[in-house]
Amino acid sequence: MNSRMRDTVQGYLFISPVVLGLLIFTIGPMLTSFYMSFTKFPLLRAPEWIGLRNYIVMFTSDRNFWQACKVTLIYAATSVPLGLVGAFILAILLNQRVKGIAFFRTSFYMPAIVPAIASLILWGWLMNRDYGLINAVLVRLGFQKFSFFAEPETALASMVMMSLWGVGAGMIIYLAGLQGIPESLYEAGKLDGANEAQLFWNITIPMMTPTIFFNLVMGLIAASQTFMNAFVLTSGGPLKSTYFYNLMLYERAFNWTQMGMASAMAWFLLFVVLILTLLVFRSSALWVFYEAEVR
Amino acid sequence: MVSDQEVYRGLLDLDWRRRPGQSYRILFTYLILIVSAAVFLLPLLWMVTTSLKTQAEVYVFPPTFWPETLRWQNFPEGWTYESMQWTRWLVNTLTITFAVMAGTLVSATLCGYGFARISFPGRDVWFVMVLASIMLPSTVTLIPLFVGFHRVGWLDTFLPLTVPAFFGGGAFNIFLMRQFFKGIPIELEEAALIDGANRLRILWQIFVPLSRPVIATISVFTFQAVWNDYFGPLIFLTSQENYTLALGITFFKGLYSTQIPYMMAMSFLMVIPMIFVFFFAQKLMIRGVILSGIKT
Repeated sequence: MNSRMRDTVQGYLFISPVVLGLLIFTIGPMLTSFYMSFTKFPLLRAPEWIGLRNYIVMFTSDRNFWQACKVTLIYAATSVPLGLVGAFILAILLNQRVKGIAFFRTSFYMPAIVPAIASLILWGWLMNRDYGLINAVLVRLGFQKFSFFAEPETALASMVMMSLWGVGAGMIIYLAGLQGIPESLYEAGKLDGANEAQLFWNITIPMMTPTIFFNLVMGLIAASQTFMNAFVLTSGGPLKSTYFYNLMLYERAFNWTQMGMASAMAWFLLFVVLILTLLVFRSSALWVFYEAEVR
Repeated sequence: MVSDQEVYRGLLDLDWRRRPGQSYRILFTYLILIVSAAVFLLPLLWMVTTSLKTQAEVYVFPPTFWPETLRWQNFPEGWTYESMQWTRWLVNTLTITFAVMAGTLVSATLCGYGFARISFPGRDVWFVMVLASIMLPSTVTLIPLFVGFHRVGWLDTFLPLTVPAFFGGGAFNIFLMRQFFKGIPIELEEAALIDGANRLRILWQIFVPLSRPVIATISVFTFQAVWNDYFGPLIFLTSQENYTLALGITFFKGLYSTQIPYMMAMSFLMVIPMIFVFFFAQKLMIRGVILSGIKT
């Protein structure tokens, strides 16, 4: 056996876990779910081919479907940009040369390590209408009590607010990015007589665009799959105002055992996420700056 | 860790006469930092104080900040409350967590080495597929996996949660391993290969000892992810005695939603290991982020 042949055999042996894993737990199920999306499949009986009917029902006669799309879209379109900006501001603050930064970094990051279920329980209580801490503060400041999750008008906005508590994860990524910007760039800028604002807009922001881009893509993908908030805190209510896409998918699959319909929903989500990601990647040529292009 | 003492000293260092502009700026930075730190920490502190209140004290408005008396009994009482099986759920969570960690470390090390140090046809295609799978919404594979696990009788066992970890151990971990292995000088390996050592031995005797930082990073990330996981156990576990801590908390909330102090006490218990892991591994986690080379 020559060395090239040996390397091929050994290479595949080494990566065999992930090759098998991708085939068994990713690609296989993906194709199966694509097939299932064209069937009626109540789990205990065999799937029955019904063509495009799941998709037609989903798009035309299921009003909850568009509500779920709307809720998820609004949530993604508000929580992702707010989170990006919030995390960025915190990272900028932490990148200042003042003492005690480690303490503040820990404080901001701490909520991001709290298990999601614990933070949901906590926020459900903080935002309780009658006994919650936030309403205590609001009343103290002379405002009226706020209903948060109890009213259709405010439930989704409350979830967006709640999501901002966890921006520490994105913040750490920005901080790593900020610390990777060479000091020489700023020195050169200062020599040319640039003021702080100019340094920020012409050096910091462009150098950070790849990191912002990464956080944007990951944030969008995560937001499109929001589930727990609604499942644990509101069950999608009141009046379907927090009826997230994945909550509907979960109900279809596991409460009503409509596996075919749920698969169709999953594939539509994949399609939308794919289009969104492609759009973001396409747009990145306009606003994301890669050093390598200049050198 | 740096404490408020250093903040205090930082404020004292300000030289108001010589550089007033600069000093105001630093003062302003501190002001924002302190207010935001309070906003971020207050909810956690609230969880702790609420977990020490009496049932009666929780239902007053406006709420008291410090509990009138510190009711530590909430912890043991919540732990053994009615039909709750917290000890069992803790054991389950730990079992699943360590099984996934073992699977992840073994398979991510093997795959990371294969992708980083051996060149063979098709390698890059597979690597791109591994990376692409990071972005795949998990719901696309969820239903066939559920049906499949149902067919083989794995539902309501830990197998659906642990076995996949042995097959790749998460795309991101493979990526981290590969990045790290790529940075190890090739001379070390070539010398060993000429001496006739096989690759598994090289991996075990040369690469693994050098890779402690990345192994620790992956362990921490994995521990955190599995400990916190809610969706997986929700889908695949059904009987109470198989629950994990995360499921236990929702179960408790469903049955006794008014027992706020107990609920906060149990939630806080679930946070404690994360806090330990965080302080233990803070540097590692930040290094892990840098290592992944998101910038390029």
